Amino acid sequence: MKIVVIDLQNERAGLIKEALAEAGFPDVVVVAETDRLLERLGELDPDAVLIDLEAPSRDMLEQMFEVSRQVKRPVAMFVDDTGESSIAAAVEAGVGAYVVNGLAKARIKPVMDLAISRYNAFTRLQTELDTAKAALAERKLIDRAKGILMKMRGIEEEEAYKLLRNTAMNQNRRIVEIAEGIVTTAELFHQ
Amino acid sequence: MTEIRIGFIPLVDVAPLVALKEIGFAREEGIEVSLHREISWSNIRDKLAVGLYDGSHLLAPMALATNLGLAGPPADLIVPYVLNLNGDVLCATSAFLEAVGLPPDAGAKDVAARIRAGALGRPVTFGVPFFFSTHHFLLRYWLASEGIDPARDVRIEVVPPPLMPEAIGNGVIDGMMVGEPWGSVAVDRGEASIFLSATEIWAGAPEKVFGMRRSWAEANAGAVQGLLRALYRASAWVQDPSNRVTLSELLAREAYLDLSAEVIERALSGDLTRTPQGLQGKIDRFVVFQDGASSFPWLSQALWLLTQMERWGFVSATPELQRVVRNTMAPNLYREALTPLGIAIPSANSKVEGALHESTPAASALGRLFLGPDAFCDGGVFDPAPSE
Repeated sequence: MKIVVIDLQNERAGLIKEALAEAGFPDVVVVAETDRLLERLGELDPDAVLIDLEAPSRDMLEQMFEVSRQVKRPVAMFVDDTGESSIAAAVEAGVGAYVVNGLAKARIKPVMDLAISRYNAFTRLQTELDTAKAALAERKLIDRAKGILMKMRGIEEEEAYKLLRNTAMNQNRRIVEIAEGIVTTAELFHQ
Repeated sequence: MTEIRIGFIPLVDVAPLVALKEIGFAREEGIEVSLHREISWSNIRDKLAVGLYDGSHLLAPMALATNLGLAGPPADLIVPYVLNLNGDVLCATSAFLEAVGLPPDAGAKDVAARIRAGALGRPVTFGVPFFFSTHHFLLRYWLASEGIDPARDVRIEVVPPPLMPEAIGNGVIDGMMVGEPWGSVAVDRGEASIFLSATEIWAGAPEKVFGMRRSWAEANAGAVQGLLRALYRASAWVQDPSNRVTLSELLAREAYLDLSAEVIERALSGDLTRTPQGLQGKIDRFVVFQDGASSFPWLSQALWLLTQMERWGFVSATPELQRVVRNTMAPNLYREALTPLGIAIPSANSKVEGALHESTPAASALGRLFLGPDAFCDGGVFDPAPSE
């Protein structure tokens, strides 16, 4: 079974390709965004297509679905026999699946399930990464503010941090907001 | 307070939904609205179908296609409200006009003549944003009215607006039928000229509608009625020219269109810049949000779309399909919700489409109601069912 994966995120596409290979689907082609999507899909002639729901080209893929109704290759959005639950899970995870040539539903079900779980895992990882990045950026900002206070007021690091923390508490704001104000002000004075 | 989740695509005609939230019309009815920008119509349709959205900005043929089982996951949608009539432009790329020896300000007749003559030596390709779109059916209607066979003389490709610049640059499309402000954006980039508007193809064309799942609307009947009243007030606010500057600024925000307010205001006023050289052209009723019964979900408009789907071979319109299409529109819900506003609401659910060349009085339970104009470019008239 040949599967085409349309995904803007190379890393995620790579993960899916790898996972599908492990699950016994070695014939996977990753297609990045292209303005000749339908031609490309025609050449590749896949049995199933997985698409990232953030891809603007999804509406182009839907055209294939309509054109195919009149010609030789019926393409349909994958709908599980169990009803709406699996579509909801896929849409929520951010992935769509299309089957070509009436491929047996039983054969695509594991592919779909795997895609859903990988998309969810990827989103989770990305959220964690974003949180970590944000935390790091905040810590850097607080360090810079501490440095400025130490220099301007001739105080020790611990005292500078206390000053930041107490100001934040008194104003009912976050330490990073106070730090941001100090850094911005210092930058203005040095321009 | 009920929160209603609504999906939208960044286009000028999301205006009533933005006003619904930002100007406070929803809150006046005790409703909290959250608006979610989407990248594709397919996503909107699917998220509405599976319940991630409660309501949505939809292309007029989309709810019909879903209920007819032509696209997307199975769902039972209803359309109680039409967000706007028209607002699309038909453009020719600058490269195409040059290739066929036409000036940037060429008229629709000239463009049609070149297509008919096969001036490119290959079929001319038009982009439309979605298969089941008003754009697609109006484009085909205009082509046919000019003696061009859409199946033989041209190619019609789905190209979403974010991908249009690339498609123009690579010569994948020679023209496009697209919702504003994306035509004006292409004109400003020097890539295309606007040579016709949807209004000139069918002055009464429903462009975007508000859709919901039938089951959700039934389970939340009170909130839905409040929402429709708020939407009606929002549409009236959006239609009022004195709010245009505020509205343009609102739509320009990053969360909505993320474009300059100036380019948005052109579409709202109908004062379009038609060519990269700056030729101005005013189009009357370019986009209509609230005038007469413009927001009323006419069965006849939906049935016209069904006849076009059948005309081009996408469906065979059996009596069962006709029933599904009629049942998708919810004029009674519109009446129930809006009667307390004391406005003039049509007494009929269906009308003859295309017969009115100017605004004309019509029957309503309360006071005088004006309908139209709703003329087609070829003077055609569509009578959905003489008995109605």
